[in-house]
Amino acid sequence: MKKYYQPEIETASREDIIKIQNEKIVKQVQHVYDCVPYYRNLMDQKGVRPEDIRSIEDIKKLPFLTKDDLRDSYPHGLLGTDLKNCVRIHSTSGTTGKRVVAFYTQKDVDMWEECCARAIVAAGGTDEDICQVCYGYGLFTGGFGLHGGSHKVGCLTLPMSSGNTDRQIQFMMDMGATILCCTPSYAAYIGESLAERGYKPEDNKLKAGIFGAEPWTEEMRRSIEKSLGIKAYDIYGLTEISGPGVAYECQAQKGMHINEDHFYVEVINPETGEVLPEGEKGELVFTSLDKEGFPLLRYRTKDICILSRDKCPCGRTHVRMTKPLGRSDDMMVIRGVNVFPSQIETVLLNAGYTPNYQIVVDRVNNTDTFDVFIEFPKEMFSDKISEMQKREQDLKTAMKSMLGISPKIHLMAPKTIQRSEGKAVRVVDKRKLHE
Amino acid sequence: MAITQLSAFLENTPGTLCSAVEVITEAGVNIRALSVAETKSFGILRIIVSDIEKTKEALGQYTIIKETPVVVVKMNDQAGSLKMILDVLKKADVNIEYVYAFTAAIHGSAYVVFRVDDVEGAEKILGQNGIKTLSDDDMADFL
Repeated sequence: MKKYYQPEIETASREDIIKIQNEKIVKQVQHVYDCVPYYRNLMDQKGVRPEDIRSIEDIKKLPFLTKDDLRDSYPHGLLGTDLKNCVRIHSTSGTTGKRVVAFYTQKDVDMWEECCARAIVAAGGTDEDICQVCYGYGLFTGGFGLHGGSHKVGCLTLPMSSGNTDRQIQFMMDMGATILCCTPSYAAYIGESLAERGYKPEDNKLKAGIFGAEPWTEEMRRSIEKSLGIKAYDIYGLTEISGPGVAYECQAQKGMHINEDHFYVEVINPETGEVLPEGEKGELVFTSLDKEGFPLLRYRTKDICILSRDKCPCGRTHVRMTKPLGRSDDMMVIRGVNVFPSQIETVLLNAGYTPNYQIVVDRVNNTDTFDVFIEFPKEMFSDKISEMQKREQDLKTAMKSMLGISPKIHLMAPKTIQRSEGKAVRVVDKRKLHE
Repeated sequence: MAITQLSAFLENTPGTLCSAVEVITEAGVNIRALSVAETKSFGILRIIVSDIEKTKEALGQYTIIKETPVVVVKMNDQAGSLKMILDVLKKADVNIEYVYAFTAAIHGSAYVVFRVDDVEGAEKILGQNGIKTLSDDDMADFL
């Protein structure tokens, strides 16, 4: 079985990778300075000239880009080439009110698809596989990214797009899909739906899943692996930088290898912007090294991560990032306490609940209210009130010890919490803190 | 011998019980006996119905349903009847989890539903003391 999609690059020595990065960054900065007036202004304001950037080490001199810059320069302000050279547009959902629109040349699309191909091969994919892509196809990068990667690997590709679970299951079973690509919440939902239809995990032919586009936990990984009888791999990416495949997990399942020949990564202190040493927790910053359509330099992702250059048993040499440990903009401050949705998910999965929940935060009489709606699992239901109360109490205790504050818990019947077949709506914050 | 009780998980919001009963009614099922236990955040509906399968199918689409065997005792609808039965169970050291009762005017009888851990043991000891317990078949004929 092929272990790598591009072995020379994926297992290149550190020196070789730095050499590639040195060459690419000099060209990229000159290109951006010449073609992107918005960023040229930022550089001029900071007093940085393209010739100041002679190696990847000099990247620290460059100004950061944030989502606000993307909004301010919407729609064409960060375009790196003539529109006639672009062949594709993708866009984020705009759920945070800041829709990102990214442009791709054919070279950009090829590079992105190669990154996804690396991810598929790392998950054990070969040209013998049948790859079911149920990320949304359209402006969202998930569908087309994995679709292109699947083609590059030579898998038989099932371009299902999202939704219509009955049809997903029918194709999965009838065509014998071996690799599943979707959001982790949809993978969990497919697992539940298969069980409801009487299928056991060994009844499907799936061997691996490539799941991303939303935060998920180790506990959720174990639960999906069990319900589908597969190994579940994480994939990371963002539309601003290309899409899924910026980083991906290998068989070791210990962090995601960042495609360093295309994307230079830094971890910074989100407060000060200072670059942190390897192993420290901070905000991920990406620089696209060879993109043409939408070349972003030092883009702040708001994802909080840790990088590791420890040797990986898979043989890949590219740096690994942890799953995002939270997002600086996902973090809720409730009654003065920092709360991440992933903490609540961890408690639920450890206690035997499903990861179907919704957090509602509001402010009544100047006090934050914190409600968590949780689907009560079938197996845990009892007709005895004493047992049910004990379960409720255990959950409250676990929440309190994880979060430091007690949410009001609402136990709901199964499948009553609204779930989209794309991204799950985990948090509803009704407080109007910034208006 | 025991009777099958269905219990259903209810969210503690206005109208949940009404919706559950509506679903059962639309399935053409008659509720023989009913009890609701509740906490601040949820409730448990316990029912004995004329058609278990139909109820499971209809209500099961909306919430969690569980079957539990319970002991149903028929007794005279008069003072002292319940005490006599409780005495028997107490002597035999049978622990009662919860209990609810209903009367049937036509029969002039009262019925008590006992949720106990040892259903078989409880029925045996009641039988030995001449107290009749009902089966699912009895309930099907009931009323």
